[in-house]
Amino acid sequence: MTANMRPTPSACPACVAAPAAEQLAKMQPHDPAQIALSLPTIHCSACITKIEKALDAHPQVKSARVNLTLKRASIEAEPEVTAQDMKELVEGLGFEAHELDAGTLNATANDRAGRELLMRLAVAGFASMNVMLLSVSVWSGAADATRDMFHWISAAIALPTIAFSGQPFFRNAWAALSNKQLNMDVPITLAILLAIVTSLWETSLSGEHAYFDAALALTFFLLAGRYLDHRTRAIARSAAEELTALEVPRATRLTDTGDEETVNVAQLALGDLILVRPGGRMPVDGEIAQGTSEIDRSLLTGETLPVFASEGQSVSAGEVNLTGPLTIRATAVGSDTSLHQMADLVAIAESGRSRYTSLADKAAKLYAPGVHILSALAFVGWYLYTFDLRTALNVAAAVLIITCPCALGLAVPAVTTAASGRLFRKGMLIKHETALERLAQVDTVVFDKTGTLTAGTPELTNFDQLPRGDVELALALAQGSSHPLAQAITRAAREAGIAPAQVTDVTEVPGYGTKAQLNGQEVRLGRASWTGAQGRAETATFLQKGDTAPVAFVFADRLRDGAAEAVQALKEAGKTVYLMSGDTTPAVEALANRLGITRWLAEALPADKSSRIQALTDEGAKVLMVGDGLNDTAALAAAHVSISPATALDAARVASDIVLLGGDLSPIASACATARSATRRIRENFRIATVYNVIAVPLAVAGLCSPLIAALAMSASSITVSLNALRLR
Amino acid sequence: MTILAYLIPISLFLGGVGLVFFVYTVKSNQYDDPEGDARRILSDEYDDHPKP
Repeated sequence: MTANMRPTPSACPACVAAPAAEQLAKMQPHDPAQIALSLPTIHCSACITKIEKALDAHPQVKSARVNLTLKRASIEAEPEVTAQDMKELVEGLGFEAHELDAGTLNATANDRAGRELLMRLAVAGFASMNVMLLSVSVWSGAADATRDMFHWISAAIALPTIAFSGQPFFRNAWAALSNKQLNMDVPITLAILLAIVTSLWETSLSGEHAYFDAALALTFFLLAGRYLDHRTRAIARSAAEELTALEVPRATRLTDTGDEETVNVAQLALGDLILVRPGGRMPVDGEIAQGTSEIDRSLLTGETLPVFASEGQSVSAGEVNLTGPLTIRATAVGSDTSLHQMADLVAIAESGRSRYTSLADKAAKLYAPGVHILSALAFVGWYLYTFDLRTALNVAAAVLIITCPCALGLAVPAVTTAASGRLFRKGMLIKHETALERLAQVDTVVFDKTGTLTAGTPELTNFDQLPRGDVELALALAQGSSHPLAQAITRAAREAGIAPAQVTDVTEVPGYGTKAQLNGQEVRLGRASWTGAQGRAETATFLQKGDTAPVAFVFADRLRDGAAEAVQALKEAGKTVYLMSGDTTPAVEALANRLGITRWLAEALPADKSSRIQALTDEGAKVLMVGDGLNDTAALAAAHVSISPATALDAARVASDIVLLGGDLSPIASACATARSATRRIRENFRIATVYNVIAVPLAVAGLCSPLIAALAMSASSITVSLNALRLR
Repeated sequence: MTILAYLIPISLFLGGVGLVFFVYTVKSNQYDDPEGDARRILSDEYDDHPKP
């Protein structure tokens, strides 16, 4: 029942990748500040009270409200209050807090479509209960004037209700018909309208049978299916939006006078000078105007080794500055940045994916014409047999009502709601409506390396072979730096309980490393070229003491939690596992051996990855791609179904069907199993619905179907289908 | 049978009251934070502003 007429969320990945400019332009500087904070660790009423009390106690906060369902706080405050203040206040209470971009959140804060559906569902429920009450009296023997009066009251309730509650179906059916197509909503609309028309006609002639209750119950059950469907996707969408909102699109611009000002990324223009501090991400493409540093390009290319950056070199949006502050001059902004062009690539690849027809659509294609032909044949047959238009029309209406895809309408949403809820609790977010069905077919899994199988943080591997004195010295040099390799040394040394050596004059040379004085001798920790060492294939940093030969500290990327288990479980489930990375051959080979992956591809460009996946697809494989970087986006979109971790770049998350919320990869294997059993349930549900039809349709065609039989068949099949969905394991 | 003349309007009216209340709860955002609302009842703070 996923009608192909409804607009899909995030139709344009580029729009999601960067919040629309007009939306940002709307934010007036002097409005009271609307601040949203994400509070991932709150869990009880004490947390709510504590946070709300502290926030309300702040003199400039007007109101604060914690939402436990969304794990979010919304604060209204004086304009001068910044989100940073609020974040610090909440963190001071011992809770984790992250700023959320209010602009991104507000765009969808009120789920209008969901409320509208809920309202229509409520009205249809109210009306169908009342009419059913009246119908029961008719079935149990009310006759003559009483029966007519009951029918008229039913009509008075049913007509306005159908006019209000049936609108979603009428609109979809009309949209399909005006495109000269058939969807599930066409038989639904026809059944509802025909039932109302014949019932009115019957009532005006004091006839015995009226189908008002059937028309209303139909609307109610179908709306319930629609609402479940909408709800599942609304939850996924709001969680996905929260991930996007966590990256607040702000940049520090240098004015002509050399002052710093914080602006929205959308307001940056060509030629602007932008300051990027260590740890910050490049907001736009540019050229380094000042400063030396190292940049981490792993999200764009998959390389783990930081790249040296100095004046005149160009940088791309999305790269992370590691050691020294950089001033860059913008050379491409907004949709011209390489990040956005990559997102366009995704849009192209995505149009290919929409060719997948969901099970519901397949059923609809088979079902809709069949139902219409059957009911038309019944009409013609009875007309030729009796030459009575009224009887013929009554039979035709009965056939349409009986066959109306009520159970079919619930068959898919009931199962996907149950399955998505189960996976959400395991930390997986199903973004796309047919993602589960596609996941169930997967037989080949392709992993990216950096940031997906590995956590993106390096780990010192030759710690045991290093002399203790060198480690003490390296710790003394590394402990003040924010460079990932330096932090890895610090972490390893601290775990081993090693104390730093006594050195003086520690200075960090951005882009090169750290140097200091030890007993009048200069010691250096940093890049190979700077310490006079030979470069190595693995990620390494070098320690040089005076004139002695430099000592190499070798690193490997730390495995992500559950990576080994996930690969193992997928292989046991009989799936072919591939590893494709943009990183160097030795690094990829080492990881492949560690995880027991025999098929791997190193130094792959983004286009290589997607063409390789295309080739696998052409061979008939159903590929699941798991990746996080910008270099994976095309591959993610080209694959049959795709998963990205929550730490992935925005564009990659948008391109994928499923987002892993936790840091753990192990749910991937069990998700495949859940998807398979969900698809099995959907097919079972279709079969149940068909069985009901096979029993009831001959009765309807033979003209033996009373409104009571129609109501029983409809309710029984809908309830069986829903219960079957709940059996999902 | 005249009893029907009273009972039917009464049943419709009562159902209608339920519907109106449901519409009111939807309109006043009462389904936005079901989890939080369930926990707030345990707090000893008297909450006299249910919604900002």
